[in-house]
Amino acid sequence: MTVTLDQGFVQAYQWILGVARDLGLPVWLVTLLSLAIPVVVVIAIYAGFFAFLTWLERKVISRIQNRYGPNRVGPFGLFQPVADGIKALTKEDVIPAGADRLLHWLAPCVVVVPAITVYALLPLGRNMTAVDTDVSVLLFFAISSVSTLALFIAGWASHNKYSMLGAMRAIAQMISYELPLVLGALPAIMVVGSMNLGAIVKAQGPQATGELFGGIAHWNLWTPWGFVGFVAFFIAGMAELNRSPFDIAEGESEIIAGFHTEYSGFKFALFFMAEYLSTIAFSALASSLYLGGWNGPAFLPSWLVLFLKIFGLIFVMMWIRSTLPRLRVDQLMAFSWKFLLPLAIVNIFATGLWHVLPRATLADKAVAWGAAALVLIPTYLLLAKLNGGRATEQRRYRYADL
Amino acid sequence: MRDVDEPVGAAPEPEPRYKLTPVESAFDQQQLEVSIGPQHPSTHGVFRMDVTLDGEVVTKLKPVMGYLHRNHEQIAERTTYLGTMPFTDRLDYFGSLANNWGYALTVEKLAGITVPERAEYLRVIMCELTRVVNHTCVAGFLLQDLGAWMTPLVWALREREKVLDVFESVTGARMMCNYFRFGGVRVDMTDDDLAVVQKIIDEYPAFLDEFEALMTKNEILQQRCQGVGVLSKELAISAGISGPMARASGVPYDVRKVDKYGIYDRFDFKVPLGEKGDVFDRYYMRVLEVAESLKILRQALKDMPKGPIQDPKTKIRNFRPAKGEAYGRIESPKGELGFYIVSQGDKSPYRYHVRAPSFVNLTILEDMCLGHKLADAIVILGAVDIVLGEVDR
Repeated sequence: MTVTLDQGFVQAYQWILGVARDLGLPVWLVTLLSLAIPVVVVIAIYAGFFAFLTWLERKVISRIQNRYGPNRVGPFGLFQPVADGIKALTKEDVIPAGADRLLHWLAPCVVVVPAITVYALLPLGRNMTAVDTDVSVLLFFAISSVSTLALFIAGWASHNKYSMLGAMRAIAQMISYELPLVLGALPAIMVVGSMNLGAIVKAQGPQATGELFGGIAHWNLWTPWGFVGFVAFFIAGMAELNRSPFDIAEGESEIIAGFHTEYSGFKFALFFMAEYLSTIAFSALASSLYLGGWNGPAFLPSWLVLFLKIFGLIFVMMWIRSTLPRLRVDQLMAFSWKFLLPLAIVNIFATGLWHVLPRATLADKAVAWGAAALVLIPTYLLLAKLNGGRATEQRRYRYADL
Repeated sequence: MRDVDEPVGAAPEPEPRYKLTPVESAFDQQQLEVSIGPQHPSTHGVFRMDVTLDGEVVTKLKPVMGYLHRNHEQIAERTTYLGTMPFTDRLDYFGSLANNWGYALTVEKLAGITVPERAEYLRVIMCELTRVVNHTCVAGFLLQDLGAWMTPLVWALREREKVLDVFESVTGARMMCNYFRFGGVRVDMTDDDLAVVQKIIDEYPAFLDEFEALMTKNEILQQRCQGVGVLSKELAISAGISGPMARASGVPYDVRKVDKYGIYDRFDFKVPLGEKGDVFDRYYMRVLEVAESLKILRQALKDMPKGPIQDPKTKIRNFRPAKGEAYGRIESPKGELGFYIVSQGDKSPYRYHVRAPSFVNLTILEDMCLGHKLADAIVILGAVDIVLGEVDR
């Protein structure tokens, strides 16, 4: 058996388990070990990834804003996350008077658990899924929606009006965007016929050896339903993650920091970490559903390919964050219910059409594209028109005769 | 003696200005009173709004001022005329040169001082630079309030740095310039300084285009700003609103045109007017006014004569104007900035009063905010363009 970069982690895992068995350890201990290793490795690697991401976000936004960003601690400020971590750990943990002490303590714990748990379901590389269930997509949404509860606990327990407003906004926002999020993921599940993320990724892989860039042509993104589904999924996901321009639950300029106004020190760091870990997990899910997951050119290890795709998506989020102003609460809701949700529902119909129509020859393909376009484009135009009541107006300005 | 018609007992509860639509519900309903400020990221200093919210909708708003009160007027009545000049810097600390001019203009009116030609041009150049910087930064701050994550603000501050460098090289200070004197200005601008100003003016339109491409055409910004915080022309006039805010509501009023103080009658510039009087108009009014200010600057730099910068007859130290009173006003970037001075012939004024545009423009806040969301209230406040140094004095 040759050790490859691609399968190195898996082989090391098997080797450790083999050694444990050879040492004559009891079966229950080996089983425990086999469960513990992926947990430790995933948490260690992705926590490091999170730390790096905080640095990267500050750097990227700085460059957009003509600043340098962190550059004092270590080369290019790379150790800034370490310094931030130490600061957060040593900072005083303030619990406001009148706060519900138990719930105030509980919220940061609750928010981190789903953010870490969902990593078990993601295919992080070839043969690298910790828990390979048949319903992993569904389980992902089920687990990650628990974090809404944590945000409300935090807002309620803080005994602060800003926190309360933030918590109410968080609930309204997250429940509204859960629907387009799930419906945006549905087309990929429909076409493959499985909720197993591994199967969905495999279906987007190369169908023959030596295909361009590891079968980039098979990505779901390059289909009409895949494109619409990905856009709906990505936008809903950004709202779900509280990323700007949907960051009304934090809404710095309005309600200070929303649900985590009253959190300091490491409790705040936990909220921060949960947010970033969810962002990474969501980007990994989006790449798995629509961007081919870990499929990539043969010379790159599969886990690195996924890393790069995650980075690409997160970079786009940073870009959007530093460019767009925030939406208002009612505009946010209207966008979800009146535009994104109908579009996602019609997209499911378009997916069904695409699935039924033959696509063997070029002519068949053209028919399938035409049919999907015939459904999606009028829907888009109609929705845009119906939502046009709130459209912006062009204004002309005159000059005073003074 | 009590008037017969006067009711006895406690005054009746005043009618609420914003009526709620009651919702059928089994739950107890209560409005949320939130005190926004004085420590809040978006109140532009230590301003406070006591807001009553029904869900997210503002039903009552009470502006609370005075956290930065420094007894400016009282201090001015105890110190010399010249000694007040650096204090005026601290009124609107974002545009100290405009305050200087307002004060100097009033004292010159009081004592009948004439200003030499070159000094007038220097005043116009410095003040219009202040206006350009102020309006650009206000647009940046407004977008910050909208949640645009610092980018527009930092871009605006980048341009501000260039102008502040000019201020520093001419007056020695970046913000608290203390540049004006009765009958002139303190120091002359060198040709190098003028070349730098020329360069800034030449490069500014490109920056404005960039800024507009990033922001004005952004659909989210337009949706957030249009139709929000509408101020009618009638209300603007009766509340004494001035400056870009009044012009956004369609009031054709600009002290530079009305009074033609200084040498403003020599320049060819226009006064833009808004049509709706909402936040978007207030934002865009400032962008348009920057372009007009650049026009004035270009003309001023071209026509600038050589000569003295200070009226030689005026004794600046131990300055004692004759008995009398004067009200001088200028168009500061925020609006009509007025100074009222009563002299008894002493070394310090008998009465000194500042009509601060930020303060007057702020009084109308509740009328603009009622019925809007909390997020809108923050944006409406941001579009008023207040500096707390001037509001509280």
